[in-house]
This record gives sequence, C-alpha cells and structure tokens, in this order.
Amino acid sequence: MMCQNCGKNPATTHVKRTVNGKTAEWHLCAECAAKQGLENMFGGLGFELGDFWGSLFAEPSTREMADTLRCPGCGRRFQDIAQSGKVGCAQCYTTFYDRLLPSIQRIHGKTKHSGKVPASVPDTKAAAVPAVPAVGAVPSAPEEPAVPSPEQELKKLRAQLETCIQQQQYEQCAVLRDRIRELENGEAQNPKKGETNHE
Amino acid sequence: MNKPREKWYRQNGAEGDVVISTRVRLARNLTGVPFPASMNPEQKQSVVEAVCAALQPVEETFQLADMGKLSPRDALSLVERHLISPEFARSGAGSALLLTEDEGTALMVNEEDHLRLQVMRPGLDLDGAYEQADRLDTVLDETLHFAFDQRLGYLTQCPTNLGTGMRASLMLHLPALQERGAIQQLAVTVSKLGLTIRGMYGEGTKPQGAIYQLSNQVTLGISEREAIDNLKGIAAQIIREERAGREQWKQNPHFEDMVWRSLGLLRTARLLTGDEFMALMSNLRVGVAMGVIPGIPLETAGALINDVQPATLMAAAGRDMEPAERDALRARIVRERLA
Repeated sequence: MMCQNCGKNPATTHVKRTVNGKTAEWHLCAECAAKQGLENMFGGLGFELGDFWGSLFAEPSTREMADTLRCPGCGRRFQDIAQSGKVGCAQCYTTFYDRLLPSIQRIHGKTKHSGKVPASVPDTKAAAVPAVPAVGAVPSAPEEPAVPSPEQELKKLRAQLETCIQQQQYEQCAVLRDRIRELENGEAQNPKKGETNHE
Repeated sequence: MNKPREKWYRQNGAEGDVVISTRVRLARNLTGVPFPASMNPEQKQSVVEAVCAALQPVEETFQLADMGKLSPRDALSLVERHLISPEFARSGAGSALLLTEDEGTALMVNEEDHLRLQVMRPGLDLDGAYEQADRLDTVLDETLHFAFDQRLGYLTQCPTNLGTGMRASLMLHLPALQERGAIQQLAVTVSKLGLTIRGMYGEGTKPQGAIYQLSNQVTLGISEREAIDNLKGIAAQIIREERAGREQWKQNPHFEDMVWRSLGLLRTARLLTGDEFMALMSNLRVGVAMGVIPGIPLETAGALINDVQPATLMAAAGRDMEPAERDALRARIVRERLA
C-alpha cells in the first residue's frame, strides 16, 4: 500500500479515527506521518497506537462536560482522560469503567480478560460475570466482591471521607461528599438502575 | 575471576537464519500510586525503591541505572540494542533501568507504566522468554501486588495494553520477502490476525537492512499462551515463505554476485554510513545463512549490527562524534571483524 498523501513511499503508518461513530482511516509513509507532527526527537523512531487513544472517544456531550465525578485515586474527571488520552491511575478503570468500556472494546474487540491471574487475586473464573455492570464504581481490590451494593459503596466512600478529613485534603473531601450525596439521593430512589450513576 | 556473561545479542538462536531475536514484555503497575504521566518526583522515587526491594529474592543480579544521569548517547545506545524503548530513553530523572549482566532481562521503572519487564533471547524462543518473564513477574507480584481487575486484567496507563499487558515480538530478517515486494501484503494479512509488523525500531520507521518486528497487538481477551501460539504459528509460516524465497533467489546468478560484492565493500570501505552498512550487511547475512559465504558465523553479523549503530559507536568510544568520524570508525570496525 502506498502513502495516501504523497503516493511515493510505502505506507508504514496507519491511523484510524472514530468520531461520533464515523470512522476515517489514513495510511501514511514515515515522511508524511512526520510532517503531520507524528515525529519525535529520535527522528520518527515510532509512535504508538496509544497516542491516538484519546481520539477514540466521541466528543463529550455537554452533560458529560458538566460531570464533576472525580476518581478518588488521582482526582481526574472522565473528560480529563478523554482529552489527554491518558488514564490517571489504576482506580480510574473502576471509577469510569462503564464509560471506558466502549473504547476498550474498539481497541481489543473484547472486554473480558483471559490469561494470567496474579496469585494474590482469588481465582473467580467459575463465578458468573454480571452481563450489565451494576454500580459504576467497582473496586479492583481482591478481597471485595466484584460488584458492591450501593450500601457497600457508601460505607467505603464514608471511610475515605473520614481519612481525607483527618489528612486535611479538603478538595478530595468535597469530591467524596458530592459522590456520597449522589448515592444517598439519586440512586437510593432507583437502586436497580445503578449504571446511570455517573450521569 | 568470573568470566563475564556473554551478551544475549552476541549469540545465535533457533531459526537464526530468519529470526534474529525474541522479546517478551509485560506491562505492570502498582496500586495506590498514579500512573507515571501523573506522578511527582517523590512518587517516582518510591516506585523505583519498591521495585528494587521486590527484586531481593531474585537470584539474578541487576545493575541499576538512573535514567536522569545517563548521557543521551548512552541512553540512545540502549535503544539501538533494543534494551529500552525510545520513550524511556528520554524519560530522564525519576526513571530507572535494571539490567542483568547478559542484558537479557531489563526492567524499565516509570516508563509508560510503573514497570515494564522485558526478556530478550537470541533466535526464536518465545516459550523460554515468556517463562522467564512469567517467573520474574510472579516473584515481583508477591511484594508489589500489581494492579489487576478481574474483568480488565492487568491495569495499564494506556488501554491498548490492558489484559495480559504482554507484548511478544520477533525480530525477523526478511530480505527475500522484501525483494519480492511482499511485506505490504504481509502487513495487511497479519493485522487481520491481531498482529503487527513494523520496521526495526518500531512504527513509523523505514525498515533498515530488511529487519522487521512482528508482534501481537491485542492483549485483552486473549491469554498469554494463545497470543504466543498465534505469533508462533504465523512466524513459522513467514519463516517458510522467506526460506522458499531465498532458495528461489539463490538460483539467480545476481544473488551470489550481490552477496560477494557486499562482502567486498564491507571488507574494503573506508567510510560507511549507517544506511549503507545496514543494506550491505543484510546482503551479507542472507549470503551467510544460505551457505554462499563460508567462514563467517551469523553471530558475527548480529554482533556487528548491534555494535556499529551511531550512538553505540559513540558510547563505546566514550565521546560524541561527527557523522563523518563515525562513518570512518564504523568502516574500520567492520573491516577488522570481517578480515
């Protein structure tokens, strides 16, 4: 395949971008990819698929932009991740699981791990995996069940709030307080629709 | 006195006529610390210390290199020898490299992920490289308890590595397939099978010396074993095609002529640019593999390819050099080794 831009060199760089469900593909040679700003200080020693990951998200809706939910681990909001293409910490995957899932599926074609499980994690292969992830924030901590009830979630958040108050991390306290209120009010009335948590 | 252990890239391995080397890399992260892109210097330091402490029960000895103290030429030389990624070479202070004496096992701390555990082997040895990486990963996890989710597997900064976090790759010498113009077609085919084929130093680079990297792309929903078997199966087919192409090519009188001319130039040139060297060396390597040129082992070709890359030349000399000076030094080393 030749470069779509210059038509002179073989295309070595393939870029696929999906915005609002519309997919566009480009096949570029090293030179043209470099001209597009895809070069680095080593003279095009390579960029990775991950650099484009942020562009796999649809443009965030106004509702999403107004979303104030922050990851308790690193303080990032979902739109920070979408804009930078970088997940802040391991806990972000728990906090924003539902919203990260579509782009993960687009990258890998699958969404369920198969392979090595660390010895420290109990093997729950036999346990059924819920088809619909219930409450959004699912802990990765091995000692907890895969999907906590809103009560468990609240208990955990209150404990985190307690710690934050002791450590005088007031910004984080505000985040946790908002999340606790969300759970207490909105979701308590409609516990079965836990997946709408973040919205 | 102990004899220093031979560097892994000075050895020839299984299917060495086509497969130059094997690499298995695992991406791992700690919980409770932000991913490297969001870390402060203290957090970076704590991760380096945690990894060093977790290595205590491991029998092998690792040398620690602070990336912030390494000169750019030394860092780039590590890239040229495929021991670290280009991104890691410019990571600077807060990142560290732990390397075994044979340079076959490398731990990059605070690269894109907290830990990139990499095992390299000469020739085709996916099972051996994975077993070694898996063993080390298991020992480290006892202390570090890597970030893991039942559904998404090992959690990584970039979602492209979620799941096994494993990237297995083979460095292949494919002059016959390149000569036939078959690489583009091959790239399209392997991409449909969840693999990718790229130039020697990764995506976006022009292939040098007909050397290509074949690696798995998908890491979620496919086990380490399945990904390795998949890669093995496709590699076996590529090796067969390349060998068949070489046999056919050898029938052409131009093949023998090309190989001997290349050796003549390499043995006599006073200036060799990197590009010219790689093109001639590729011709020589296929000639050696096909038995056209006796007396030069494949290991010599492999070691030369590693030793005369620009930054590696300067790192060995301990000083920076202008391109013309490097070309002269490169030509001298090549003449001496092929004499």
